[in-house]
Amino acid sequence: MSAIRFAPGVRLQEDKARGRWVIMAPELMFIPDEIALEVLRLVDGVRDEAAIVAALVEKFAAPEDVIGADVAVMLDDLVAKGALRRG
Amino acid sequence: MGDLPLALLAELTHRCPLRCPYCSNPTELTRAAGELSTAEWARVFQEAAALGCLQVHLSGGEPTSRRDIVEIVAAARAAGLYTNLITAGVLLDASLMARLVEAGLDHVQLSVQDAEEAGAERIGGLKGAQAKKRAAAALVTAAGLPLTLNAVVHRQNLHNLPRLIEIALEWGAGRLEVAHVQYYGWALANRAALLPTRAQLDEATRIVEAARAAHRGRLVIDYVVPDYHAARPKACMGGWGRRFLGVSPAGNILPCHAAESIAGMQFPNVREASLAAAWGESAAFNAFRGTGWMPKPCQGCEHAERDWGGCRCQAFALTGDAAATDPACALSPHHGMLAEALAEAGESTFRYRDFSGAAG
Repeated sequence: MSAIRFAPGVRLQEDKARGRWVIMAPELMFIPDEIALEVLRLVDGVRDEAAIVAALVEKFAAPEDVIGADVAVMLDDLVAKGALRRG
Repeated sequence: MGDLPLALLAELTHRCPLRCPYCSNPTELTRAAGELSTAEWARVFQEAAALGCLQVHLSGGEPTSRRDIVEIVAAARAAGLYTNLITAGVLLDASLMARLVEAGLDHVQLSVQDAEEAGAERIGGLKGAQAKKRAAAALVTAAGLPLTLNAVVHRQNLHNLPRLIEIALEWGAGRLEVAHVQYYGWALANRAALLPTRAQLDEATRIVEAARAAHRGRLVIDYVVPDYHAARPKACMGGWGRRFLGVSPAGNILPCHAAESIAGMQFPNVREASLAAAWGESAAFNAFRGTGWMPKPCQGCEHAERDWGGCRCQAFALTGDAAATDPACALSPHHGMLAEALAEAGESTFRYRDFSGAAG
């Protein structure tokens, strides 16, 4: 599988004044929920989808099939929104 | 303190190689000697981020007219701000582009004055500008940065709107802003030459809607309509002192980039006040916050917290009273002024911006 990366001009940024994290994009801002944030923190341009799932399985000691299904849906959504790219 | 600002507009300089007759800068421009230093801007960025700003728009004038633009971008990123450069592009070369990327620039907005070279260069008042802009777009996309094209539209270039959309696609922009001129300062002085007809406006709206559908997934089009043909005013800046913070080249802290056009208002300056104090406590930021200041017909109006009484600068420019209801509202007793301006429009010559009225 190919690496997951942020699209050009998109990055995860801490909003310290409001105690949250935001995805900043050109003239656009998304506020990820807690689960999306766990996924986005693992997006480094090197890890592929399987590596992200593996890291979350280890962190949360949860079944791989459950995490894998959640991550697939979330990544598809963020790719569709233009925030992430595969490869 | 209630709301926190989300964005800072940093007007780094009023210097610009272009002389657009609708420039949003005040008619009394600040000269280079009056501009904030690199270190002062760095402090402003730190204060803005601490106050809640997530992004900074580096604008002007032409921001790349400043020799320290790379240091300024680096300082904005060091403060943790998403950094957007709003440029005419005519001073950008490969070396500067590489240094801006290295400094952490996130996004570039490039202005284009018309689709046709002759029209663009007449409106911007600079020969050879269009070819340099095309080259600048290529540098931005080659650097892997997202590109937005900013097209200000009016009576004298609206006939080329379909071609402007094609140019956005050809030049590799992911976003296009089609913004009708807003009439304060220089644009107000040129209103008779710039105001579109109702037919032009309706055609532009139709073209934008069709292009949005045709290029979905490839090009996002933001569309700002002119309020001279409207019945309801725009919620200017999302409400005075609610989301937006601007700092002028000389360091004045503003609730709107045009606020200095309101004669008699005093604004705090970054050399004397913190952004937090200006935002929370200054008379200028509190003058038109909320609904308490509103006259009738805004007071008690069901739209009061939707459009916040419209634009204070437009109210002042047209009625002489910044606290009046924006004449763009059909409920304003001055609404007829807009129809009169439309009836008088049709000039073809411009009054170009210049430093003849400059201070500092």
